[in-house]
Amino acid sequence: MPNQKNSLSRRQVLATTALGVAAAASGSIAMPSVLRAQDVPVKLGVLHPVTGALSYSGQQGRLGATMAIEEINAGGGIKGLGKIDAVLGDAQSTPDGGTAEVEKMNSANVVCIVGGYASNICLATTQAAARYELPYVVDVGVADGIVTRGLKNTFRFGPGFGVISKTALTNLSAINDQAGKPAKTVMIVHEDSLFGSGLAKLLNAQLPQQGFEILETIPHPTPTRDFNNVVLKIKAQNPDLVIPANYYNEYVLLARTMQQQQVKTKGIYSVLGGAASSYKFVKEFPEAARYIMDCNHWFDPRNDKALALKKKVEAKDQFYTYEVYMNYSCVYLIADALERAGAADRAKLTDALASSTFSGHLMPYGPTKFVNGQNEGAAPVNTQVLDNDIKVILPATFANAKPVFPRPA
Amino acid sequence: MLSSAILIPAVLNGLLIGAIYALVALGLTLIYGVLHIINFAHGALLSAALFAAFFSFRLLGLDPYVAVFLLAPIFFVIGYALQRFIIGPASHGDDRNMLLVTLGIAVVVENALLYLFRADTRTIDVPYAFQTIDAGWTFLAIPRVVGFFAAFAVALALWFLMTFTDIGRAIRAVAKEKLGAQLAGIDVGHVYAVTFGLGTACVAIAACLLIPTYYVNPHVGDAFVLVAFTIVVLGGMGSVPGALIGALLVGVVESLSGLFLGESLGQIGIFLIFIVVLLVRPSGLFGARA
Repeated sequence: MPNQKNSLSRRQVLATTALGVAAAASGSIAMPSVLRAQDVPVKLGVLHPVTGALSYSGQQGRLGATMAIEEINAGGGIKGLGKIDAVLGDAQSTPDGGTAEVEKMNSANVVCIVGGYASNICLATTQAAARYELPYVVDVGVADGIVTRGLKNTFRFGPGFGVISKTALTNLSAINDQAGKPAKTVMIVHEDSLFGSGLAKLLNAQLPQQGFEILETIPHPTPTRDFNNVVLKIKAQNPDLVIPANYYNEYVLLARTMQQQQVKTKGIYSVLGGAASSYKFVKEFPEAARYIMDCNHWFDPRNDKALALKKKVEAKDQFYTYEVYMNYSCVYLIADALERAGAADRAKLTDALASSTFSGHLMPYGPTKFVNGQNEGAAPVNTQVLDNDIKVILPATFANAKPVFPRPA
Repeated sequence: MLSSAILIPAVLNGLLIGAIYALVALGLTLIYGVLHIINFAHGALLSAALFAAFFSFRLLGLDPYVAVFLLAPIFFVIGYALQRFIIGPASHGDDRNMLLVTLGIAVVVENALLYLFRADTRTIDVPYAFQTIDAGWTFLAIPRVVGFFAAFAVALALWFLMTFTDIGRAIRAVAKEKLGAQLAGIDVGHVYAVTFGLGTACVAIAACLLIPTYYVNPHVGDAFVLVAFTIVVLGGMGSVPGALIGALLVGVVESLSGLFLGESLGQIGIFLIFIVVLLVRPSGLFGARA
């Protein structure tokens, strides 16, 4: 009996699938050809790690991209080209997973891919896309290697390591100087993949030049189950500043363990801290988050469109994280380039992206100008958790609060 | 730099994290060691149990230490049903099939969690999450200390059950000689399901003790499973004291190797010990000789 039930079920599944395929096929065959010509959508690959260790960030990135696509489509699509058809892909939090998705997206004839999120994924996916001269807009991946390999198809709208670490150190010095130089020693805690290790290397080279002594640099894997040993080391060496550079979960565990072990430094100054600029972290652990500073991607707090999107995202019961507004901005960047290109053609789109001066984004950036694929106008900002909210403290042109440093006792 | 002020807290911390590993490994040692089922679904079930503990707190207001008395029986039933109605019938008694079926269950459970709850990392904020005991050299987190003693209590209860109860004797009989046990009138299918249920209940206990200081997302269980498998083999397959001592040893070794070699290489120590034990004593620290 069970076998009979099973085979019946299989037949039912097959029959249903066959019917579905037939219905879909007949639907497209029956569609008038004139209508088809007008309605052929522009296929856009939306690639994020929506499963695996980076799945939270990946899903946030997908949310931002799809919200932008829905908005554009609701407004009639791209002028002259029609609506955007999102081809969703899951990089499974690995470079291999991302590469496999690029192959699929290429076969699906996407005109461009947006996303990648993590540096190691972006390095692999941009390379795979380059083989097909397929334009690729990196949403977040900050490793500078992504845009220094001479790949003509690769564009990064946000800032890379180099700019971020330089800005972070300039701003740290400014904040420290303004407070009378209370911070002299630092410890760096970073995750050990391309993102964290690359950043730690840059910080190790640049911090001493700014007059800071690095007591120790501690790498850790993702995921890390326990941060007690790391915090023991911090406690033993008692640095003035701790600089974490890691993803969300590990950042939260580290901050919670520091609170638990009653480690009180003069400040926590993150560079691309996974949780430091996260409303979720601030809401769930206000005590651990208080006064944490971060140099990170952030929206322009004076941009009405950015604030309206924040409301929309929060209405969906989601947090307004940087992945959301960066992907949202990237999709609009691509839409603008497609409109100027006048065709869903990879080569024309590549040229249009390379000459972009797009200004309809949500970020506190200077004028958009791509040089070797990197947007020279992109820059991070400094934020600080103040009054259970995240405020921009630097640069002054975008700031909505003044830094509080050293952390009050 | 590595003075006793760091070494002693690191050892204590290793023991506390080892106790959490023990709770995860105790369930696995029953299923893996006694029934010889390589349960790839163990991590996914841990994730599911963490979600259950999370929602018990958020929706029902149940403290995890209270929820454990609700969730352990529920997960026992889930485990029982999984073995009785899915793993057993689908595997037709073949160990390789069991492996694939549990792998399939892991994929289904993890993706169901992902579909239902997204990949969001969730945490609970209980009043005692940040409370500590001042142990002189370090502060010991109260939830970790509770987990430490709970691991001993669970291990003791399991040892008692396996040694002195009829079901324990039946489990051991099935583990040693399935056909003989069947001929003696033991319902092997029931014993398999009870064992799987007990293993899954242990996962629920581990989840309730873990959640005050940890987070939950659909893949969180994966971080514990490889270590748990190592502990089961290290301690001796099917040995409850072996899982407990093995877990504490692994916790301390991981902690110390993390301290000396760096967190990124912390697990090297575990696997070095693992290889040495396998070379010197292939049956594990507390395992019966084949």
